[in-house]
This record gives sequence, structure tokens and C-alpha cells, in this order.
Amino acid sequence: MSQQLNSDFPIPDIVVALPEVILAVGGMALLMLGVFRGDRSTRTVSWLAVLTFLIAAVVVIQQPGDRVVAFGSTFVVDAFSKFVKVLVLLGSSVALIMSHGFIRSEKIERFEFPILIVFATLGMCMMVSANDLISLYMGIELQSLALYVLAAFNRDSLRSTEAGLKYFVLGALSSGLLLYGCSLVYGFSGTTTFEGIALALTSDGASSAQNIGLIFGLVFLTAGLAFKVSAVPFHMWTPDVYEGAPTPITAFFAGAPKMAAMALFVRALVGPFPDLTPEWQQIIVFISIASMLLGAFAAIGQTNIKRLMAYSSIGHMGFALVGLAAGTEDGVRGVLIYLAIYLAMTIGTFVCILSMRRTEGMVEDIDDLAGLSQTKPLMALSLLILMFSLAGIPPMAGFFAKFYVFLAAIQAELYTLAVLGVLSSVVGAFYYIRIVKVMYFDEPAEAFAYPMSGEMRVILFGSVAFTALFFLYPSLLVATATSAASALF
Amino acid sequence: MDTVPWLSLITFLPLVGVLLIATLGSDDSEIIKRNVRNVALFTTIATFIVSLFIWVNFDYTTAEFQFVEKFDWLGAGGQCSVDGAVPSDGSLQLPCYHMGVDGISMLFVILTTFLMPFCILASWNAINERVSQYMMAFLVLETLMIGVFCALDLVLFYVFFEGGLIPMFLIIGIWGGARRIYATFKFFLYTLLGSVLMLLAMMAMYWNAGTTDIPTLLAHDFPASMQTWLWLAFFASFAVKMPMWPVHTWLPDAHVEAPTAGSVILAGILLKMGGYGFIRFSLPMFPVASEVFAPLVFTLSVVAIIYTSLVALAQEDMKKLIAYSSVAHMGFVTMGIFSAAVPRPDTGAYVVQGLQGGIIQMLSHGFISGALFLCVGVIYDRMHTREIAAYGGLVNRMPIYAFAFMVFTMANVGLPGTSGFVGEFLTLLGAYQVNTWVAFFATTGVILSAAYALWLYRQVVFGELQKESLKQIADLSPREIAVLAPLIIATLFFGIYPKPLFDVTKVSVDNLVEEHQSSMASYHSANSVAVVGPDQTEGN
Repeated sequence: MSQQLNSDFPIPDIVVALPEVILAVGGMALLMLGVFRGDRSTRTVSWLAVLTFLIAAVVVIQQPGDRVVAFGSTFVVDAFSKFVKVLVLLGSSVALIMSHGFIRSEKIERFEFPILIVFATLGMCMMVSANDLISLYMGIELQSLALYVLAAFNRDSLRSTEAGLKYFVLGALSSGLLLYGCSLVYGFSGTTTFEGIALALTSDGASSAQNIGLIFGLVFLTAGLAFKVSAVPFHMWTPDVYEGAPTPITAFFAGAPKMAAMALFVRALVGPFPDLTPEWQQIIVFISIASMLLGAFAAIGQTNIKRLMAYSSIGHMGFALVGLAAGTEDGVRGVLIYLAIYLAMTIGTFVCILSMRRTEGMVEDIDDLAGLSQTKPLMALSLLILMFSLAGIPPMAGFFAKFYVFLAAIQAELYTLAVLGVLSSVVGAFYYIRIVKVMYFDEPAEAFAYPMSGEMRVILFGSVAFTALFFLYPSLLVATATSAASALF
Repeated sequence: MDTVPWLSLITFLPLVGVLLIATLGSDDSEIIKRNVRNVALFTTIATFIVSLFIWVNFDYTTAEFQFVEKFDWLGAGGQCSVDGAVPSDGSLQLPCYHMGVDGISMLFVILTTFLMPFCILASWNAINERVSQYMMAFLVLETLMIGVFCALDLVLFYVFFEGGLIPMFLIIGIWGGARRIYATFKFFLYTLLGSVLMLLAMMAMYWNAGTTDIPTLLAHDFPASMQTWLWLAFFASFAVKMPMWPVHTWLPDAHVEAPTAGSVILAGILLKMGGYGFIRFSLPMFPVASEVFAPLVFTLSVVAIIYTSLVALAQEDMKKLIAYSSVAHMGFVTMGIFSAAVPRPDTGAYVVQGLQGGIIQMLSHGFISGALFLCVGVIYDRMHTREIAAYGGLVNRMPIYAFAFMVFTMANVGLPGTSGFVGEFLTLLGAYQVNTWVAFFATTGVILSAAYALWLYRQVVFGELQKESLKQIADLSPREIAVLAPLIIATLFFGIYPKPLFDVTKVSVDNLVEEHQSSMASYHSANSVAVVGPDQTEGN
């Protein structure tokens, strides 16, 4: 291990991890505030949490873009981690803002809610910066434990507790798989750092038995990570958890944790295992195809819009994995662009879902959107743009997301993957445009009772404007993603 | 004049109309509806006038792209300028915003801008609900359609090409007939399915050639084995769009359910994108594959001409009959286009007439079929039925209508003196030179088209006026005359004097066929060298 571990007080290392430190300290301070002032402080705690996220995001952006490792090279900051952390912090703060109205109306306004999101976000930032199997696991667990509680946050609701329990049991299983994979990898390479593993693979002494052992470890590691991004065949928890969890939590699940898990997925495969690329490529190709197809076909029969979004997210993670399957710098760039655009699209969609409220409470059926174009024309137009974007129809942003990952797949000559991918996107288009059909072609149902709050309008407007106008100025995102991806190679 | 981005101007001018309509408000009060209609009409007319200006300044003597604009777009930092070429260091050039027209695309742009005002006028009274949304959808559609014909970058082309699905999906789905939802889903998914394969092919071309710039790609030689796959992928898209038999089944449904103006745009312009794609991409970029697959295209075209003509004979719905006749006429177009892909069996030369005819046929079919749908729309607005059996003897009450309908029926049949004849004759002439049998069977289609078109005309217009409901039917209103008269003039004028159309297209078409001939010659010589060459272990 490096010498830095021996030094007693690694101040420079703390500077590297400053955003995480801010999140941790901020989270604990808010916890104290909440404990002392009780549940009536929830709104304050929530806004302060958003402020913490924003400060952390500013610090992340201010960090130098060069690769810096800290804490005995278990923690890394580079352009890649910066890019994803900004997405994660953005996703978390928006999800938190979106939850305000909901937790009040559903009477679950407790101060733990924003604090759990802060700690989950801290875990995600750790995941994104993990450069070692131990820190990887620490990050994942910190994130997951907070998420299990959040899924069951509406503890008086049967569905919510069921979702939390289901998520916990399956999540624990996947963590076990992951840990088993980690221990195999450690056993056969003798180190836990990503660089060390890569070195052990390339060194002349690497025997084939050692490589086989590493491949076994890799398979378990991949299985655990596939669970976190809800890729087929480890997706089963997704629809139930999405449906059962309180809607703002579902919106949160669909955004930030997916970004972090996908980034970890990319780094944990590209970083330590560049020499096993053909081996893990096969696995990724399979789970990518399976996710895209399942996401497309299983969503057709759904009537609940949250379940539909669950299958949609499975499909979209499949599309993002197409870029990883390519295993190239262009592929990783595609993944990053995909994640950013996907985040914008799902945020907007969930704002609309959160606005589906009648006087008797929240409604979640797709048919409740009937005739929305006549009762709420602007919301319908927003959802129309988002749906066509999710379906990948140009000139919406969703098209460019798919464009960059398939571009990488074609370059890597993964033709089967690309053809099956675009065909499943056509199948997927069917259920997205079915929502458009319900909103625009069907006779109006009863209108939604409450107008959107001001902050929801702002979020929806931002998301829709980004989605619809991305084609005018894609350069910024593409250039940032390009430099972020090059940090891994 | 070089400094004004003319093509971007006409492409995005309709969007200005969209913004104006958006500010007018969206409730369905009479005054807003009237304002919305006026704004839409003025926008489309303004676009048409600007496009005419481009036509006037168009240089007939060169096959180069004109009015070229090129800007950075998808993250291409400063790579895109009008004189910029592919980076010489072998790095990839990112997609640019590149627009331009040549002799082939120029007239399609004019056709689009020309038809749009008629679509707005045809919807004047027919569309009474959600008028502002309707007009916005049409104007967005116009932007995307013009963009398709002007785009000189694969990605840009695809964005316009696919983006058109969104407004058309809404137009059919919201303002369509009884089975509109089935029809619009079928239209959307069919077209999307064809196009996504083309998108993959475009990506493969990008990696092979290092650019998505269409003028550069036109000069690029793709390996022969790759051409086959690329050609098939593009074919999947354009054959659905065209549509060719047997993937035409979405068209009759879409036509029947679409509102009149939607049918006009569908038949007049959206179908032409398929033919335009064949001419712009398949033929010049994949010459070897085009020659290999030409017999397939001929077969499908002949089947389309004969089979769909027979199907048209059995129709009871007027719009469906015209839709099937569109498929048959597009059969002539594909036959004509690909007659330029194969050499004459006797001389080995490549002929231009078929390709030239294909373009003329598309243009004339654009306004003839559009006009026929407008004619159906006229009586549909009055009687609210499209069933042929519900009419008869209209000439007694509607003499002006009977005259207009007759002109377009004759033009649809391909009577000499109408523009329909010019295109059909040239495609047959082209096909005859490369394959007599293809021309023979296609000619029988001309007879069949006369059969169904005249039968339709007789059933609807002639005979006794027996039905009670028709006794009070009124002749064309001034607005309807204003819509149909320019189309009658265009049909007859270009039928008698088609020279203006040839002037624009000739140089580009000749150039395209010459390029094709030379690339085929170099392909064959390279192949024969490879077979004979001593140090080659494998032929080809």
C-alpha cells in the first residue's frame, strides 16, 4: 500500500474528498437540527439539504480536472467522477424539492426524510469516487441502507413497507453476491485497489488459473452491480419498489442512484479489468440486450404509470449499457451522455406524475391522463415532449442519447446488439406514444384538482426545455462527457 | 446574397408562425380561430414566396450544391466551414449543420412550400376543433419536410426525416376519422421500424468514411460487401416510406383516417421522401448494391403497379382507392429510379430517362394526388361520407367540380397533355431500355389505372342524380376554386411544357448517372484485375 496511509493526518486527502466531507458534516448537522426542533423543521431541513447539495456541487465543479487519488488510492477524483457527481447532486436536490408538496399532503412530513436523502447521496458520491473494492462496497452500502428506509418511508402504507422490505431482502442478496465477487477478486489478485488488480492481470506471472478465478469474481461483481442499475436478470425488484415507494422517492430512485450505480459499473469494469474486456463484454452485451427487450415488452401491458416507468428505466439502463458493452472511450462517453439526458427526462416525467392529484388523493393510472391536452394543455405538451424523447424520436434529446451509445456499438462492431437495440426501441416507442394517445386522442377524464406549485413548474420547464432544445446546443454536454470519458482510458 | 442563409430561412420560417400562433391563445373562440388560420396561411405563403426566390436564383448549369450553409453542430469545434473537408489526419469529422440544394432537391422544396398553403386552405372550415394546435402541427411539419430536402448531413437528415413522424402522428390521431388511432399507430410504428435500421447504417457509414457529410459521402467508395448491407438498411426505410409493395399496408389506413390536408401532405410530400432518399443515398452512394438489387426493385415495382391497381378496382371508399393508386404510381417511380442503376443490355450504357422520369413523376403526383384528395375532401365536407356508392350524378349540381375532378382524374391516368403523362412515359422509356419485360408489365398497369380512375369518376360524377341527399349539394365555393385552380393550371402547364422542370433537374441527374457509370466501370475493372492478377489468392 502507499505511504500515505502511514502519515498520521492526511490533510491533502481530505481536501480531495471535500464534497463528501461537506455532505457528511452537513447531514449530521441537519440531523441535530431535526432532533432538536422536531418534525415542524422538516421544510427548513429540506431546503438546507438542497443548499448542502448545491455547495457540494460547486466544490465538485471547482476541483481540478486531473486525476487525483487519496486515502491510499482508495478514493479517486477525475473528470469522470466530477461529471457523474454533478449529475447525482443535481438529481438528489431536484428530487428533494419535488417531494415537498407530496410529503405534506400524504402526512409523512418527517425530518428524517431529507437527511436520509443526504446520506444516500453521500454514499453515491463515494461510489462514484471508489477506486478500491472496499470503498466501493462502503459506498454501495451507505447508499443502499438509506434507500431501503426511504422506500418504506410511508410506514403506515402496506405497499410502501412491502416495497422497502422487498428492496431490502433482494438488495442484501445482491450485496452478498457483490461481496463474494470482491473477495474472489482479492483472493486471486492479492489486492483490492483497482490499479493493483489491473497490474496483477497484466503481469507476466499471471497464470491462467488466476485469470479464471478473477473472471469468476468478475461475474459475481457484475451480478451485484447489475442489481443496482436494475438490469435484467436482476431487475425483479424494480417494478414493485417503484410502485410501492412514495412517488417522490420513486423519482429519486429513477435518477441519482442510477447515475451513481452506472458510473460505478463503468469504473469497476474498465478500471481493474481492461485486459478481460472480451470476457466482461459478453456479459454486458447479454444483460444489455435482455434489459432492452424486457423493458420494451413488459411495459406494454402496464396500466400503472409508476410501474411503466420502472420498466422504462430497465429498458433505458439497457440502452446505457450498450455504450459500456462497446468497452471503448466513445462507449463510455455515450453512457455519460445517456445518463445526463435520461436524468433530465425522468425528472420531468415524475413532476408530471406527482401532479396527478384529484381531490380524493393521488392517482397513478395511465387512463387518468385521458384528455389531458384539453384540461391541462401545457402539462400535456410537456409530457408529450418527454414521451417522444424517452422513445428516442428526433429532434428530442432522447434521440441523441441513443445516437451516441449506438454509434459506439457500431464502431465496436457489435451489430447484433445494435440491431436488437434499435428494434426494441421501436417496441418501446409503442408504449410511450400510447401515453400520448391517452392524453391527446381520448375523451377528457376528470381534471386534476390542484395546480402545480411554483418550484415544480420551474423543474418541469427546465427539464422540458433541455429535452426539446438539446439539439440546438449539444456541444457543451458532448464535450464535457468526452473529457470525462477520456479520464478512464 | 451569399450572406443570407436562405435555406435555413425557409426551413425555420414556419416556426415563426408557430410562435405567433402560440401567443394568440389556444381557446376555440371564433376570433382566435380566424386569426390562427390567417397567421398559418400567411406564414405558408411567405415561405412559398421565399422559396420561389431561391428557385429564381438557382443556377441550372451546375450539379454542385447551392445556397450552402455549414455550421458547427454536434460538438464539432470549428471543423465546419463551407470549404472544410474531412480532416486529413484521418480523425473523424463530427456531424455539422450542413444545408444545400441541388437540381434534385430544389423542386421538392418548391413542391413542399407550394402545397402547404392549399393544405391550410383546405382545413379552413373542415377543422373546427383545437384549431391552433392543428395549425401549429402543420407548420412544424412544414419545417421538418423542407429540412429533409435541404439537409446535407446524415444526422441532420435523419433528425428531420424522423421528426416529421411526431406532427403527422398527432394530425392523424387527433383530427382523423373513426379508426384514426389504429391508423396513426400503424403509420408511426411502421415508419419508425424502417428508419431505425437506416440509422444504424448511417453510423456504419460514419465509421467507414469518417464523416456524415453527404457531399463527401457521395464521392466515397464503400466496400462492395458493405454496400449490400447499407443498401438493404436504407431500403428498409425508404421502401416503407415510399411505400413499396408489400410494406404499403399502412398507407391506405393512414390516408382514409387522416383529415383531407393530412392526406394531401402524406401523398404529396411524405411519400416523396422515400423516392428522394433513393436518389440521394441508395443510388449514388451504393452503386454496386443498387445494380445488384435493381431486379428486386423492378419486381416489387411491377407487383405494386399491377397488384395495387387491381386492389384499387375493388375499393368502395374513395380515399382508399386514391391511396392504392398512389402506391401504384410510386411503383413507376421506383422502377424509373432504378432503371438508371443497370446498364442497357445492348450497349452497356446507363440511361437517364427513367431517373429523370421518376423525379418528374414524383413532382406531378405530388400535386395530382394532393388535388384528388382535395376533391374528395370537397364532397366529404358536404356529405360526410367517402363511400363511392353514396354519390352519383354530381355533374348535374356541381359542374365546376366535375370539371376539376375530371382534369385530375385524367392526369392520374397519365393522359398526354397532363403532367402525369410526362413522368410516367419517361419512367417507362427508361425501363424499356434496360428490361423490356418490366416495361411491358408496367404498361399494363397504365391500362388498369385508367380502368379504376374512370370507373371512380363515372360512379361519382355521371349518371342520374337519384339520391335525395345530393339534391341540395352546392358547387365549389370561391375558396375551393382558389385551392383547385392553381393545381389545375400546374397540372396542365407542366403537362404541355415540362421544360422548366427539366431545366432544374437535368444537370444534376446527368451528373448522377455519369458518376454511377464511372464508379461501376472502376468497380468492374478492379474486379477483373483482381481475378486475373497473379499475386491475388482470391478473386474479388
